[in-house]
Amino acid sequence: MHNERSRFLTFMLYVGLAFLYIPMVLLVIYSFNYSKLVPVWGGWSTRWYKVLFESPEVWEAVSLSLQIAFINATFATLLGALAGLAMVRFGKFRGRTIFGGMLVAPLVMPEVITGLSLLIFFISLKELIGWPLERGFTTITIAHITFSLAYVAVIVQARLTGMGISLEEAAADLGAKPFKVMSAITLPRLAPGLLSGWLLAFCLSLDDLVIASFVTGPGSTTLPILIFSRIRLGLRPDINALATIIIIFVAILVAIAAFIMLRQQKRELIDQQMAARGDV
Amino acid sequence: MVNSKATSGSAALTGSNEFSRDRPLLEIKGVSKKFGDFTAVNNVDLDIYQGELFCLLGGSGCGKTTLLRMLAGFENPSSGQILIDGQDMSEVPPYKRPTNMMFQNYALFPHMTVEKNIAFGLEQDGLAKTEISEKVDNILKLVELQDYKKRRPQQLSGGQRQRVALARALVKEPKLLLLDEPLAALDKKLREQTQFELMNIQDKVGVTFVVVTHDQEEAMTLSTRIAVMDKGRFIQTGTPTEIYEYPNDRFVADFIGSANILDGEVVSNIEGKVEVTTYLGKFSFKNTSNIAKGSTLYVGLRPEKISISRATSKSKNIIGYIDDIGYFGNTSRYKVRLDNDQIIDVTAQNQKRPKDEKDRLTYEDKVNLSWDNSSAMLLLK
Repeated sequence: MHNERSRFLTFMLYVGLAFLYIPMVLLVIYSFNYSKLVPVWGGWSTRWYKVLFESPEVWEAVSLSLQIAFINATFATLLGALAGLAMVRFGKFRGRTIFGGMLVAPLVMPEVITGLSLLIFFISLKELIGWPLERGFTTITIAHITFSLAYVAVIVQARLTGMGISLEEAAADLGAKPFKVMSAITLPRLAPGLLSGWLLAFCLSLDDLVIASFVTGPGSTTLPILIFSRIRLGLRPDINALATIIIIFVAILVAIAAFIMLRQQKRELIDQQMAARGDV
Repeated sequence: MVNSKATSGSAALTGSNEFSRDRPLLEIKGVSKKFGDFTAVNNVDLDIYQGELFCLLGGSGCGKTTLLRMLAGFENPSSGQILIDGQDMSEVPPYKRPTNMMFQNYALFPHMTVEKNIAFGLEQDGLAKTEISEKVDNILKLVELQDYKKRRPQQLSGGQRQRVALARALVKEPKLLLLDEPLAALDKKLREQTQFELMNIQDKVGVTFVVVTHDQEEAMTLSTRIAVMDKGRFIQTGTPTEIYEYPNDRFVADFIGSANILDGEVVSNIEGKVEVTTYLGKFSFKNTSNIAKGSTLYVGLRPEKISISRATSKSKNIIGYIDDIGYFGNTSRYKVRLDNDQIIDVTAQNQKRPKDEKDRLTYEDKVNLSWDNSSAMLLLK
């Protein structure tokens, strides 16, 4: 009985994995397809990679997306961390509930609405103060920061709540002034949360198609916009090649993260063993 | 059935103790703390003297931790005043107070080594590097952790962490050391051992300790004085002996150790001698307070103060039957059922090893209970 159940579970595991990864495997295989028509197999080839490397607009899009993602992640982390700190460490201030609600609103707001409202905002801003003159890099970055900071704030809030306040109280008790408590205790303890917030904001920005399409202007094509606009005219093998490169890039990052986590676990185990030897 | 030879009972020991000569180090004057509608600490007055090891004892939610946090400066009193060395603390933030706290979960900084943890407080005072390392070395020697300087807290056992936390709080030589459940996270054996270590260390450094604990045994062993707290108030304050032998309240009698609590009625109160009847007979107490004849109160009798023996035909004390036995090895706890179906708890030392099964008291044995009437405790509430 038990054995059968576990065999069933194993089967389901493989079904689940297949469901997740077969599409990607297919994509990788088709990126090596010689044929110009994606569904028709024309033999193995790397010609689409060559086409890809020779088209400058792809690399411009990649560069633009990375720049936006980097600036977005940095600002979103800064603002999100401040918002999270205000929510968790500043006690009950006036308007805390409303502030908390507004902070998480972008998480549940449909992207189309966020994008549309930001577009209207930028247009009326231009009418009023003459800035931003044209939409593109700046407007996309601002738009991304507005929704990314909500994610960072949530992560920072969770981390701060989990940390508890006693370490900070202990530091204050030992004579550390509020600024010193922040720099010597709160920030180092918060660092993993800030890092994951930064990475999440970075990924959200790289990933975003809908909001960027609303607030972008001529000449500013991010990678998702580029891919989507090309696919609209039919499946294209060079885009498959691009996707394959992205998949490999992500896989390497995941592998590095797993390696770091594994090392961390090992260190914790060693710490525990050292601690266990102590009680005599 | 009535134990007729009732001798004089309790009279609280006078409040004098060896510390009370000088001005108190810590004065708590009418301090209350409200969280919304909830009153955590209710109009508390307390003086603590230099060199004392004072325990705030009470169950969870009794307000003891809130009171300690007000001393450290993490909470502000809703009303009342806290003075340390005669200085009003109301506007003084935690980082300027002459107090240090040892936190319940130790609150060691996980991203710093033992050495860095202990040096942290000294660095805030802007001491010279050499002075800091000297002080750190000395305090590590005191808590016997010289060899663990470079470890991080996660690499230490519970007992070692506790000592690091103590060292970190002590190294700043505070006027007042606040300890929040200092031993709660240790297992039983280690806790007992650490209790004595804590007392030794306090003796050596001479710092005044205020300890919060829910563990009455810990409070009894550690402290020079105890305040028993319930619902934000002090029920009784005194030395461990005063609290144990002369509780003035049912809550205290039952919270510290255990007690048989008997309903009593005052039959006479003449010249400071109060006579009370209970179903275990008459008790008389020396008492100066005005207790009206006919008023109801309680008489407490501790289980270990009652002797139990197999009833013989000549027995004329209280007779009962053994209803239940708890065998702890060194002692046994008997639940003795009286004729009126009341149950009396009795603790007996197992001084001798029983020769055989017949030698040992067992269920439904008819037993004789007796006690010295001076052991009875008069409980007004």
